[in-house]
Formats: sequence, C-alpha cells, structure tokens
Amino acid sequence: MATDPHLSLHVPEPEVRPGGTPDFSKVPIPRAGSVDRPPVDVDPRDIRDLAYSIIRVLNREGEAVGPWAGSLTDEELREGLRHMMTLRAFDARMQMAQRQGKTSFYMQHMGEEAVSCAFRKALSPGDMNFPTYRQAGLLIAGGYPMVEMMNQIFSNSADPLKGRQLPIMYSAREHGFFSISGNLGTQFVQAVGWAMASAISNDTRIAAGWIGDGSTAESDFHAALVFASTYRAPVVLNIVNNQWAISTFQGIARGGSGTFAARGLGFGLPSLRVDGNDYLAVHAVARWATERARRNLGPTLIEYVTYRVGAHSTSDDPSAYRPKEESEAWPLGDPVIRLKNHLIGKGVWSEERHRQAEAEVMDEVIAAQKEAESHGTLHSGGKPSVRDMFEGVYAQMPPHLRRQRQQAGV
Amino acid sequence: MPRMTMIEAIRSAMDVAMGRDGTVVVFGEDVGYFGGVFRCTAGLQQKYGKSRCFDTPINESGIVGTAIGMAAYGLRPCVEVQFADYVYPAYDQIVSEAARIRYRSNGQFTCPIVIRMPTGGGIFGGQTHSQSPEALFTHVSGLKVVVPSSPRDAKGLLIAAIEDPDPVIFLEPKRLYNGPFDGHHDRPVTPWSKHPLGEVEDGHYAIPLGKAAVRRAGGDVTVLAYGTMVYVAEAAAQETGIDAEVIDLRTLLPLDLDAIVASVSKTGRCVVVHEATLTSGFGAELAALVQEHCFFNLEAPVRRITGWDTPYPHAQEWDYFPGPARVAEALRAAMEG
Repeated sequence: MATDPHLSLHVPEPEVRPGGTPDFSKVPIPRAGSVDRPPVDVDPRDIRDLAYSIIRVLNREGEAVGPWAGSLTDEELREGLRHMMTLRAFDARMQMAQRQGKTSFYMQHMGEEAVSCAFRKALSPGDMNFPTYRQAGLLIAGGYPMVEMMNQIFSNSADPLKGRQLPIMYSAREHGFFSISGNLGTQFVQAVGWAMASAISNDTRIAAGWIGDGSTAESDFHAALVFASTYRAPVVLNIVNNQWAISTFQGIARGGSGTFAARGLGFGLPSLRVDGNDYLAVHAVARWATERARRNLGPTLIEYVTYRVGAHSTSDDPSAYRPKEESEAWPLGDPVIRLKNHLIGKGVWSEERHRQAEAEVMDEVIAAQKEAESHGTLHSGGKPSVRDMFEGVYAQMPPHLRRQRQQAGV
Repeated sequence: MPRMTMIEAIRSAMDVAMGRDGTVVVFGEDVGYFGGVFRCTAGLQQKYGKSRCFDTPINESGIVGTAIGMAAYGLRPCVEVQFADYVYPAYDQIVSEAARIRYRSNGQFTCPIVIRMPTGGGIFGGQTHSQSPEALFTHVSGLKVVVPSSPRDAKGLLIAAIEDPDPVIFLEPKRLYNGPFDGHHDRPVTPWSKHPLGEVEDGHYAIPLGKAAVRRAGGDVTVLAYGTMVYVAEAAAQETGIDAEVIDLRTLLPLDLDAIVASVSKTGRCVVVHEATLTSGFGAELAALVQEHCFFNLEAPVRRITGWDTPYPHAQEWDYFPGPARVAEALRAAMEG
C-alpha cells in the first residue's frame, strides 16, 4: 500500500538555453553520400530507415558524393545559388524596410534558403504549392516578380491583394503558390485535397504541402497524412524542421517520436530526412518524391533538417530563448556558402564572381524596392482604397455589406 | 409531381448536380458505400463511382480542408459533416480558410464548397446531436448560410448552393427529414407524402439564395422563423387564432431584409423564433434589423423565443425545445403591446 510514487509531468527541454554553450554533439549527422537511393517504386516498408537518417550530398570538402548526387547541371547549380542569394538580399532589404516603418511585419529565411529554392526546381508548370510563411524561395526561384512581392509587403496601391492580408502572406496562383493563411497547418491537408482532385480528374499535375516542425502537432497535419495515405494522393508533404517554433524547441512537437519524418511510417508513407542546408540533397530528394507522385505511386513525406538563423519574425527576439551562438554551432552549415564552395571546388565559380553576383543581386532587389515604393509604403504614398475592404467577400456583394459600405461613405 | 421526403429531395439535388456537372464530388463519414447515416447520399457511389462519392476518415478538419483544396483546384465539393455538433474540429478550416480565401487572394482562389450538416433538436440526441450552430456561421464574413424547411425547398436550395461560387453552410433540420414537425411531440408525425411541400420536381431547379417565403399570410403580427420552427410558428398561429404572418427565411445569409421589412411594416409587431440559444443568436441580428428598419411602425417590442442558454439537454428535451405553447404566449404578448 501507498508505495506508488507521486506522478510528475514530463516537459521536454532543449539541451541549452541562453547563457549556455551550444552543443549539437548529440545530433547524429551521417556522412554525406552514405544513404542509399532506392527506386521510386520501392515498397515503403523497405525504406523505414530513411526516416531516421539524413540524406546528404555535399561533404565537408564541398564535393558532391553518393547515390543522390548528380541531379543538376553546373548551370542549374549556379542558377540555384543566385536564387538563394537573391532571397537573402530580399530578406535583408525587407527586414530593414520593416525597421524603417515601411511595413508592419516581416519574416526572413536566413539559413533555410535551400529548402524552398531547390524544391521549386523539381516542380513543373501547373503544379501547386500550399506554402507556409517561410517559403518565398518558391516565388523567387519560380520567377515571380520581386516588385509584386514588395507591393504586397508594403500594402500599397499596387498590392495584388488590395491590402487585405498581412505582409508576406502572398498569393500567386499562376506561379503555383496558394494563398497563405497564417493559420498553422491548415494548408497541409488542403494540398492533399488539391492532389486528390488532380487524381479524380485524371490530370498530370501534382501538389506540394508545407508545414513547420511545430505545426506538425496540429490536427490538420495528421488529417493530411491519413487522407494522403488512404487515397495515395499525388502530393509531396514537406516538413521544414528549423529547430524552433518561435520560442519552442522542436522537441515539444516531436515528443517521443524519433524524428518528424518517422510520423509518416505509421501511415505507410515513404518518409525521408534530408539535409535542408544542402541544395543538391534537397533537390535530389524533391525530384525523387515528385517523380513518385507523377507516376501515381502516391505521397512522400520529407523532413528537411535545417536551422532558423534569424528571428521567427520581426516581432520576435530569439536571444530570450536560445544562445546567440547557436546558429554558428549548427552542424549543417550555411546553404549559400556550402553551394558556393562546391561550385568553386568544381572550378565553375570563384570568389570574385560570387562578390560580383552579390552586388548584382542587391542592385536588382534595390531596383525592385524603388519601383514598389513608388506605389507607396504602409504609411505613406499610394494605398489600396477603403472600398476594396468591402469588395471580394463574396462573388456578388450582398445587400447588408452594400449598406455597410454606404455607411462607411465609400 | 413526385413526392419525396427531405432526405430523398436532398439526395435528388446531389444526383442532379453530379449528373449535370462532372466537377461535383460528394464525400464525408459513412457517405460512400453506406450512403450516409441519414441515407442522404444512398446510391450516389454506385451511380457516379468511388472517385466522386466516397467515405472519409473520421476527421472533420480533413473533410473540409480537402474540400477547400479541391475547390482551389476547380472541383465543387459538397461534403457532409455527420452532425452539425461535429463541425467544430473543422471550424478553423471554415472560418479562417473557406470564408476568406476569395478575399485574401483577391479572387485568385475561390471556395465553391457546400458543407451539409444535420442540425437542430427533436430527436432526443442530447448535446451531441441536437445543436443549432447557425449563428457561429452567420457571424463569419464570407460564408452563406441556408436552412431549408421542406423537401421542395431543400432540393432547390441545395442545387443553388452547389452552383454558388462561394462557400455555403447548408443546415438540414434533422427533425424535418421525414415530415413536418410542429412541436407537438406527443402527436403522430405527418409524413411528407401527405404535405404539399413534399411535392418535388424530378429534374433540375434552383431556389435562389437570399429569398424568404411567406408560409402563412396574416395581418396582426410577423413571425420570423426558419427550419423546424416554421411549423411550430404555424401551429401557434393556428391555436391562438392570432392572424400571424409566418415568414420562412430559408437563407440566413444573405438575408431577405425586404421581405422582413414589408411584413413588419404591415403588421407593426414581430416575434423572432429559433431553436438555438438566445444570447448572440441569429434572433439578436433579426431583432436589431427590425428595430433599425421598422422602428416607427412598431407597436410592441420585438420578442425572441429561442432555446434556453443551456447546453442541449437529453431528458428535458421538451422543456428546452421552444414549442408551440411558448410561441403562442409570445404572440399573445405581442398583441397586447
């Protein structure tokens, strides 16, 4: 009697908090090139180990090694580097614009550029992404005009979304980019629905869903996996594990599961983990998964292991919950530098060409910003009309809204 | 003209819509092989195949979330949530997503979906099979909300809802599925086969959203009702001998304000009835609109007869349900000023 212990709640904690010394020594990083590349029609039961490993192509010396290497030409790799550099320059300028009061809010990609930029190159015209707020590389690498993105960020008179949405919650249907909600996880299951519709319609197009490590805890994540599994939807389900959900480390959403990719195993989904800071590895895995979807072999779950170097958003200060030096200690390095070194090692790029490209990219971003600012910024210059606020709630405005619009004097 | 129950009429609407438009798909829990727990989708899978009518996992947010994705693609999903009481896991998808996609994408993406749900009480369903959550949806900009009260209306309104370019919440009063119900729970049910509104055309017809119907013409007092309460109000008028004009709103949003104003301007008195709880219920909106638009015609305060502000009880169902006696009392009070 009375020998049972008092119960206690287990609340996971990150290894290190501010003031401590970052230590990722317990994060197992497999050697580049060491993970097999199975055929796309593999039985998912035969590749369960891929959910616990990390597919990597670029080694410490910057060489592309192993069975996942070779999916891109030198020219394509130089283009990929430029996309990542453009996204980084875009982020830097928009982050500054927010500090200058030209917009209310911004979210940058620092450290995660490879994920969306490389994935975009594995898609075909007509495919549809259901992104989160940190995949602007899908737009940049897809050729969407930066000035349009900035018009949206500035909520100016040329804003394609009429000032209705938070900055960076883009929508670009023609570029395969679904309207971003800002709610967490909701888009993941919508991607599955879009893919099911393509299958129902005997189409050839596929969908890609995106979610962060923290949002995998939402019901919609599980809803997406069960629908994708049941109907073998032609969709690629992407989890971007950047280690931090605002202040919450990834262990809170992961719980007792070994990895986020392993969540897919119970649904019978091929589930792969990939080095998210390795442009070549991201592209190779994305191509593998998109080919599966296109050949009607069904969905793939991919976990991109990366690190959010910057703050969650301009409303966040990460020094309150993680050591400042943590990003330096991150063992998978910087995606831009890694691809740059790879290209230099191959003799198809140089420090000088890189510096030149940096300057060109920044010039392009600044030119786009000038043009966007000519249409106004959040608090000055051109702005969307108040009338726009009442438009578009329905295809046809119902009488009660018309009355309210009249009351508002517009 | 054929006679149909409300179930058969709803099934006929989906059948007609699926037959005319290959992009209409129907899915939900138990909806495919079995044909729905209320049988509203019976036979559709056999007729249109498993890719156009199918069973889903038990995940309402999954049902609505995938419907939104399908709509973004270009299909017209008409999904079933097994009971309106089960819709809450999907509420985020409905409120934050379906309702706003047209607006936030400036029309690049739209959401022409219908979410069908059995609503309301009267079947001893307790808290989880009796709720009337219409106000949770009328309060959300971007949604349309329909509550039919007869087989004929159900079919025409559901076809209009499926053909509508925006998301429609389609609440089916489950107590009306097999016959009109006037609140006299101790009397035998009249089947739709013996009611004129059980006459339903076989083919395609649409009843436009946003048009009310006068169910009983009268000059003394206007009763604003929808769903099951239409028949309760008719019974109360009959039993009190008060010459009430009963308006069946049919669509709560968009609302037929013209019909309301025309009637109340004529009668000078108004009683609002619904099954849902009182506070912040749709009756508050109706009372406010009547006050704004008919103030100088009113000869008595607008009264609301609704479900009590408690969770829907099981054993005390008929104490909770706003039956004909309570409506009659409100009619008499309205006549006295």
